[in-house]
Amino acid sequence: MLQDKDRIFTNLYGLQDYRLEGAKQRGAWNATKEILEMGGDWIIDQTKESGLRGRGGAGFPTGLKWSFMPKEVGDRPHYLVVNADESEPGTCKDREIMRHDPHLLIEGCLVASFAMKANTCYIYIRGEYIFEREQLQRAIDEAYEAKLIGKDNIHGWDFDLHVHHGAGAYICGEETALLESLEGKKGQPRLKPPFPAGAGLYGCPTTVNNVESIAVVPTIIRRGADWFKRFGRDRNAGTKVFCISGHVNHPCNVEEAMSIPLKTLIDTHCGGVRGGWDNLKAIIPGGSSVRCLPKDICDDVLMDFDALMEHKSGLGTAAVIVMDQSTDIVKAIARISYFYKHESCGQCTPCREGTGWMWRVLERMAVGDSSTAEIDKLLSVAGQIEGHTICALGDAAAWPVQGLIEHFRPEIEERINNYRADRGHMQVIAAE
Amino acid sequence: MADTRTIKVNGIEVDVRSDLTLLQACEEAGEEIPRFCYHERLSVAGNCRMCLIEVKGGPPKPVASCAQNVRDLRPGPEGEPPELFTNTPMVKKAREGVMEFLLINHPLDCPICDQGGECDLQDQAMAYGRDGTRFEENKRAVEEKHMGPLIKTIMTRCIQCTRCVRFATEIAGVDDLGLVNRGENAEITTYLEKAVESELTGNLIDVCPVGALTSKPYAFTARPWELRKTETIDVMDAVGSNIRVDARGREVLRILPRTHQDVNEEWLADKSRFIWDGLKSQRLDQPYVRKNGKLQQASWDEAFSAAAAKLKNTAPEKVAAIAGDLVPAEAVKALKDLMVAIGTPHTDCRQDGAGLGVSADGSQPPRESYLFNSGISGLERADAVLLIGTNPRVEAPLINARLRKMWLADIDLQIGLIGEAAELTYEYAHLGAGPESLTAVAKSEGSFLDVMKKAERPAIVIGMGALTRTDTGALLAEIGALADAVGAVKEGWNGFNILHTAAARVGALDLGFLPGEDGLGVRGILDGAASGDIEVVYNFGCDEIDVGKLAHAFVIYQGHHGDVGAQTADVIFPSAAYTEQNGLYVNTEGRVQMASRAYFPFGEAREDWAILRAFSDRLGKKLPYDDLFALRQAMITDAPVLGSLDEAPAGTAFDVKSLGKAGKLSPEPFASPVKNYYLTNAIARASQTMAECSASLIEQGSMAAE
Repeated sequence: MLQDKDRIFTNLYGLQDYRLEGAKQRGAWNATKEILEMGGDWIIDQTKESGLRGRGGAGFPTGLKWSFMPKEVGDRPHYLVVNADESEPGTCKDREIMRHDPHLLIEGCLVASFAMKANTCYIYIRGEYIFEREQLQRAIDEAYEAKLIGKDNIHGWDFDLHVHHGAGAYICGEETALLESLEGKKGQPRLKPPFPAGAGLYGCPTTVNNVESIAVVPTIIRRGADWFKRFGRDRNAGTKVFCISGHVNHPCNVEEAMSIPLKTLIDTHCGGVRGGWDNLKAIIPGGSSVRCLPKDICDDVLMDFDALMEHKSGLGTAAVIVMDQSTDIVKAIARISYFYKHESCGQCTPCREGTGWMWRVLERMAVGDSSTAEIDKLLSVAGQIEGHTICALGDAAAWPVQGLIEHFRPEIEERINNYRADRGHMQVIAAE
Repeated sequence: MADTRTIKVNGIEVDVRSDLTLLQACEEAGEEIPRFCYHERLSVAGNCRMCLIEVKGGPPKPVASCAQNVRDLRPGPEGEPPELFTNTPMVKKAREGVMEFLLINHPLDCPICDQGGECDLQDQAMAYGRDGTRFEENKRAVEEKHMGPLIKTIMTRCIQCTRCVRFATEIAGVDDLGLVNRGENAEITTYLEKAVESELTGNLIDVCPVGALTSKPYAFTARPWELRKTETIDVMDAVGSNIRVDARGREVLRILPRTHQDVNEEWLADKSRFIWDGLKSQRLDQPYVRKNGKLQQASWDEAFSAAAAKLKNTAPEKVAAIAGDLVPAEAVKALKDLMVAIGTPHTDCRQDGAGLGVSADGSQPPRESYLFNSGISGLERADAVLLIGTNPRVEAPLINARLRKMWLADIDLQIGLIGEAAELTYEYAHLGAGPESLTAVAKSEGSFLDVMKKAERPAIVIGMGALTRTDTGALLAEIGALADAVGAVKEGWNGFNILHTAAARVGALDLGFLPGEDGLGVRGILDGAASGDIEVVYNFGCDEIDVGKLAHAFVIYQGHHGDVGAQTADVIFPSAAYTEQNGLYVNTEGRVQMASRAYFPFGEAREDWAILRAFSDRLGKKLPYDDLFALRQAMITDAPVLGSLDEAPAGTAFDVKSLGKAGKLSPEPFASPVKNYYLTNAIARASQTMAECSASLIEQGSMAAE
């Protein structure tokens, strides 16, 4: 279990002062100037060295991503955009960071922007996060006032930080859709290439990072890459904020070391599954868009990118959704499917047409009004969406359905059979 | 820019330009790639996902071939050429999957859909789709939209490819169309249920790959395979758009553009596309002779006799002829020969009174003095454009689209306008309304002169708004001096551009159908007719003149529509419209193009040249040609430039300073000759569709503005 002295977000629960004074006491803004004096390349190297992987879901190495930015500023300015459009169902880690430790994020923005030679940074915050935006804005105002950021600040790197409030679309959390939305257009993902590092916000080199990825950077550099690397397995280094919700005794956000066994995570921090571990049915380990895991896998799986990938699931945002035996798993996935149908931007065909189709089939399956052959059809439809779309929302819509069919097919079949058994005439219709 | 790379498509090595998309590269290699959203002249959307192909060594998922460039391909580990596959199981599965998704919410109403038979979705479903449906849910229905009198919408059929949105915003330059809502509720709409306010809306029908946007006037009339297709030339403006006339029997059912890179690309203006119902109404299909003050049907013999009797009893100097805007060059040649035979110098082809084709000293100026010298596609090379007395959006919508294309492509392009300020779909500097602004610009009062001077290839586009005035000679002198000063006409670049509005005009100017020695121009002829100096006027298809002045003259009207010109006629020779006879037309850039007969003229109407030939015989002045080919030979001998088909003149430099004659300029501002885009000629005025367009787009618009 992670010791208190190794936590980055020491005010995750808001027990202390979130303001500048409190943040400074907890170590924020400490030696920032010295960090910047080490130079941008050094910062990027340290970040690479620490093994930090993006905390937004895809797990792309953060330092490597930064190194894709042009080395020198040409005729177009560089931008850092922080993705605070935290909309993945089950995820609420960035919310807590912005509420209670906003100065870590602001400092991270400065350090990362400096490393990428950006003088301007935008934080695109989720539409529903009104309190968080106010909280963050207060902290930014404090930082401006204390000359920590802004023109002619004490760190010697002119730096402006803007908070942009989204309008509540899930798709705007996709990095290119976020850029479109930030530019004032409709939030629809762009085609890649070109990647944002080449042509992003207003066509300028841009890096888009998750809140948590940015907020951990100053602490990592202060304490050293080796310190960060101590936690977790190889290639899955560091600490991570997990958001555990659902059928546990104490749902919570908790910062833990990567690669912690899932069972340990739940038993230690959440008081265990409601009704005991044996009452567990399934867990979605990384936010609604990854494949769910049945109990036998949950027994010993480690919470990191690679271990979950082995089981065809993923760490995602580390939003652990726990479902006990009382859960109607088909209904649950149908609800998730509805979410993706609702949030599909409608730009490209497979996602626009396929998400609605899957949801409608699942709604019928949830009551059993289906056929066993239709399960294969559903799986095939999910396969036709996955990998055929512009952005990852298509994949995200397909994976939960694939996970359901892979692990809970007997349950669906049983439900279909029961539904038919109650209706003698169904057999006749099917035979026609 | 255009370096080549070697790639492999389905195992076959090809060299392709590296700026091509993978889709184009595969086509170069002979592989057809299905697509819906991709259109060569529009930006890449990459949203239909139909063009998925497999790229070796890439991620284990198919790639949208329209959205990736050849230069972005990575070579293999040993440096071997990148490999693309279009025939693997992965590609087949991907296409089937996308096609299935496109079809699940597409209605199965092909039997009543006007796109049937020429529908991309139908064709590609046959070629790349599955055999049956697996979709058991209810299909989506989309609310109907209203898009004006030209476009019929059945939005349930829409597959959200957004081609129409991209066409409207990029080419037409109007923000009237957009995609609203998201996910499966996404809809294409005009937001406010209004017509798309552009002169290029008909092209939305062409770009729509399914039956969502179809032609309203053509609705439910025919299947494409029933129609006889004739490739010909449009005469609604002086652009000379290449068109295809689809007819069934003697009925034109639609007009479509043909691709001609240097003229109309693949677009067509609305008037040219939707004029066809005007070809069916108000037609003159019988000769008429005025008896007791009333026009009465007559036979050809009676009509010829009446006209010949009058002409024989009239002194030659009291006879005049004017030629209209829609007539083919051969007929102009025949009319000219007839007038020469009669012995009158009073001939003119400039019914609007344009001051072109005659030098101040009465000699014939070089051809360049009345052409769009840079060429229509050549205009794209210009780096600064000054528009004088023109509103290209209504005078030549496709040239306006070129200007917009240039403006989009080149952020440094400067466009200035002297004349009526209008919404031209691109930004321009409005330098003033009339001649005094022209003088001001020429005197460097303002910076546009510097812009033009700095430009390497400046172009000046002069519209009929500046050329049909009484002070045109002085204006031309002023413009000529300006063109010379800024280097618009020099070795290798001729940016002196006359924007004609009449399809027949350049051909007639080439043939010199102009006042002869001591001859009267169109104004003189009309005034002479009013005063009695002119007794007989041969009105060859002129409907845009002040016919009131012809009330006392004996008017022979030769034309195809019972419009204003026919009202004052004493004898009417019914003739063929542009779709009904073969003939040559020369567009504003001097390109000679051949129009072909799509069907025979109505009733007793005959081809223009044949009427003139027969009439000359009755006059005892038989013209020396017995068929159209002999006439063409004679015409080409007369004007050799008409002998080379579909070649734009090189736009050689000429002495632009010598144009016009210095004189006093009138302070009156320039006004575009096109007051109502939809009603510029006799055919358009006979068209119900054009009347509806005019009512809903122009009259309603002006009401709203008030």
